Amino acid sequence: MKNHSLFILFSLLLCCATGCREDELVVPTEYDILPFEPSTEVNPIGMYLLNEGNMGSNKASIDFVDFKNAYYVRNMYPERNPTIIKELGDVGNDIQIYGDKIYAVINCSHKVEVMDAHSLVRIGQIDIPNCRYIKFDKGNAYVSAYVGPVAIDPDAQLGAVYRIDTTSLAITGKCTVGYQPDELEIVGEYIYVANSGGYRVPKYDYTISVVEKFSMTQVEKIPVGINLHRIEADKYGKLWVTSRGNYGSVRSKIFVLEKESRFSRKMVVTDTLEIPCSEMHIQGDSLYFYSVEWSNQEEKNHIAYGIIDVRTKELVTDHFITDGTEKEIEIPYGINVHPITGDIYVTDAKNYVSSGALHCYSREGKKKWSVRTGDIPAHMVFLYK
Amino acid sequence: MVRRIFTGSFIFLLLAHSVSATSPTDDEYSPLDSTLLNEVIVTAQSYKEVIPAQTLGGQELEALRSHSVADALRYFSGVQLKDYGGVGGIKTVNIRSMGTNHMGVYYNGIELGNAQNGQVDLGKYSLENIESVSLYNGQKSEIFQSAREFGSAGSIYLNTRFPKFKESETSHLRVGLRAGSFDLFNPSLTFDHKLNETISMSFNTEWVSSSGKYKFRYRRVTPSGELAYDTTAVRENGDIDAVRLEGGLHGFLPKGRWKVYLYHYNSERGVPGAIVNNVWRRGERLWDRNSFAQGMFEYNFTHKFSSKINAKYAFDYTRYVNNDDKLIHVDNIYKQREVYLSWANRYRILPNWDLSLAYDFQWNGLSEYMDVDRTTHWASLATALSLWDCFKLQASGLITYVNEEQRDRDEAPDKFKITPGIFASYKPFKRPNFVIRAFYKHSYRMPTFNDLYYTDMGNAYLKPETAIQYNVGVLYDIVREKSWFKYFKVGTDIYYNDVKDKIVAYPKGQQFRWTMLNLGKVEIKGIDAQIGGTFGLPCDIDFTAKFQYTYQEAIDVTNPADNYYRHQIPYIPWHSGSAILMLDWKGWHLNYSFIYTGERYNQQENIRYNHTQPWYTSDISLMKSFKIGKVDFKATAEVNNLFSQDYDVILNYPMPKRNYRFGLVVEL
Repeated sequence: MKNHSLFILFSLLLCCATGCREDELVVPTEYDILPFEPSTEVNPIGMYLLNEGNMGSNKASIDFVDFKNAYYVRNMYPERNPTIIKELGDVGNDIQIYGDKIYAVINCSHKVEVMDAHSLVRIGQIDIPNCRYIKFDKGNAYVSAYVGPVAIDPDAQLGAVYRIDTTSLAITGKCTVGYQPDELEIVGEYIYVANSGGYRVPKYDYTISVVEKFSMTQVEKIPVGINLHRIEADKYGKLWVTSRGNYGSVRSKIFVLEKESRFSRKMVVTDTLEIPCSEMHIQGDSLYFYSVEWSNQEEKNHIAYGIIDVRTKELVTDHFITDGTEKEIEIPYGINVHPITGDIYVTDAKNYVSSGALHCYSREGKKKWSVRTGDIPAHMVFLYK
Repeated sequence: MVRRIFTGSFIFLLLAHSVSATSPTDDEYSPLDSTLLNEVIVTAQSYKEVIPAQTLGGQELEALRSHSVADALRYFSGVQLKDYGGVGGIKTVNIRSMGTNHMGVYYNGIELGNAQNGQVDLGKYSLENIESVSLYNGQKSEIFQSAREFGSAGSIYLNTRFPKFKESETSHLRVGLRAGSFDLFNPSLTFDHKLNETISMSFNTEWVSSSGKYKFRYRRVTPSGELAYDTTAVRENGDIDAVRLEGGLHGFLPKGRWKVYLYHYNSERGVPGAIVNNVWRRGERLWDRNSFAQGMFEYNFTHKFSSKINAKYAFDYTRYVNNDDKLIHVDNIYKQREVYLSWANRYRILPNWDLSLAYDFQWNGLSEYMDVDRTTHWASLATALSLWDCFKLQASGLITYVNEEQRDRDEAPDKFKITPGIFASYKPFKRPNFVIRAFYKHSYRMPTFNDLYYTDMGNAYLKPETAIQYNVGVLYDIVREKSWFKYFKVGTDIYYNDVKDKIVAYPKGQQFRWTMLNLGKVEIKGIDAQIGGTFGLPCDIDFTAKFQYTYQEAIDVTNPADNYYRHQIPYIPWHSGSAILMLDWKGWHLNYSFIYTGERYNQQENIRYNHTQPWYTSDISLMKSFKIGKVDFKATAEVNNLFSQDYDVILNYPMPKRNYRFGLVVEL
């Protein structure tokens, strides 16, 4: 009798409960209309944007700017790959296209997700612990990773570069490099890896590892500056490297490396630009960058949006956004430039734990449009026909 | 008689916390002699507290005995629990959406501190040795208390079992064993001894061992209803091995009482971490050693003047190791020390007018990982007035002064804060027990050591975070011990809270580099409602039902330019509630409890991508008390999450499915 009355009461209660659980649905894709004319004649046809998502939130996501149909497509991955358990993963760190495949480096899910570049349907994944950036060369992908060998001394965890065959998606080689390597660049037969040493504060790494790509062996370490981050080659074969500094007494700056002599293979630091730089993108002869520096006194960030001429290494402007709309950006977090129109894309990560924004500026620095993105929009790549 | 006891019974209030005001069927004990026992029950029913507490004690608590303190608090209105799942998972509570740091947790009258991050993991405190758990909004309706107790926005009082002896009994042994799901093995032992008529001792120890392994499930379907994925996995690295030892000496003097208490907790646990794509196991470990010694001495110098001294020394050791070979290796040790001293005085100007003055001192030090310390002084002045036995007023003012240590890296300015509080209640009728109550209170939370000094992130110039509370409520109850309709209570409160200078992490530049700023503003509007009753059914069956409901709107009003301006703050449901149903019949006790937490968002923005589904669980337990010879036995069987709901309280921290526990307690 006791049980009976209890269950009647219980069912009553359940009925009264205002909201009940429903089946958890696959995270839906959202579509926003962008304010420009649709056109079938464009190439690139779109731009993918990887949102990092805050650590532990499993909210890395991929958005798409559809230049053909003037749509902003938000969070495509779960709908295109509904059967993948726990979706794209935790903290996206890089996204690149090579051939017909798109590669998303998902840092805290310790994997590189490989998808069809047009449909975003998953092809496979490559497990790489604490992977960071990816570059391609002659059928191979090279991925930098914070963790290389399982170190005997855990305080000295060296990083590694992994080589992946882009057809079989198998790891075919690995080379230990410096501490916590970030971006890498391939010039000729060498891979240049910017080591950060970010786990070893205040003993940052200060070198670029040079890896011979066929044998996958580290042949040299070039001393550059502390806490290196980005590394990009311009069309003249120079390497542009950013240093984050120590966020205090040592400021962020840009280093330029060139071949020691015309016939030498050895790269040396030829210039140090005292320009703080958080992210950069090289387009032709222009290096677009922005910098964010925190001022403890003023309790605010100092933000600059600049262009450097890679030929003269001179600062062309420190405010490529010319209409004053840069005030709308709280924390710039990613930058890219349209290869044809010269439109500049800057993402805003805001407070890192809410939706960010993607802003599009014309070549002249006038704002064209903005759109809401996923959490921490950061990395962009163009999709061609 | 009631009046006499009312004016002279602050001690009961202090210890008993009106346990019986909410559940008159409990056999209430008295710290004094047994002749007062009945009177305590009588007075507790009378109109005594300005703002009554929500309390769990007696049978209700007995049914929850195998849980942690945090689990018990889910049954209180206005409380949100953050639960990372499992036996060893961290559990913190938040009252009326003001944030965990605004909640004071008092163990036998002295606050449990964590100067480093300001949060007390209530999952670490078991209910095994707890006599009652009380929650006060605002502050305890008792002015004879330490200065610091006037400071929190809400307070939880955990009172350990007080040694009770039957006539001619001088010692008392209680041995218990609980076991169940997650490979739980939990023996405990309590020994009470009466040294003489005025001094008794108590000792309690407990060992908790659990693999923390449980199955959890993630399932998604496509909008057309097809199954997208459905996976069940085992939670790893959630094991715990913990030993707790506590003991006390309690003494009574002709005109006072004293207590000495020792506590030691030692544990090793895994930190299970978030379940994200491709990561099902993590390698974080945590070692905790918490020890404290505390003492209390209270003396009534004259019938007008009483004094109370509280003292405490605490030492906490925490070691955090991240062994995950894919991540940065971390091995940090944190040592916290706390010295606390309080002197409270009460002067009875008139039989119905009291005045209190208290001064508290505290020193906190953190060492190893970072070396900092601070000294805090509190001084309070409070008064309580009772007019014609129908109107009560209590007003308090608290001065807090924090002396930050001079440091080389950044010099933190000292902090000074005055916080007033005013509490009133009115009982318009003589007979029906109907009370109207209201309060207004300022409270604050000091920036923690992490907020101020954490490497690169801390900001030494932080101000205290302030919360202002307004509350109006009514309460009606009926107590008829003799009739079939034994007890009935209904009450509701509406409140408005304003949190200013909220300490929030603000991004500075790239790569997740943060600093702490006094930026946030939150507006909270809420309703708490409760109804409950006890009925004597035929065949000696007692039936008790208790329902509690909370509605809250807690919105972020920091900056109109934010995407989340006027959105509900993370993890605060609009609707939440609980129900407890109990049947008692000749030593059998059947308990059913239901907890509901409505939809909420896991981030600041209330958008679809951040939506978190409601969850509700049903727990059921059956207890039987019996006697063999002179030995008392109590056997328990419980099923938690009866319908095996798969839910997350915190995103990506899956909770256990259905689980079982069995227990046996033997008392000599």
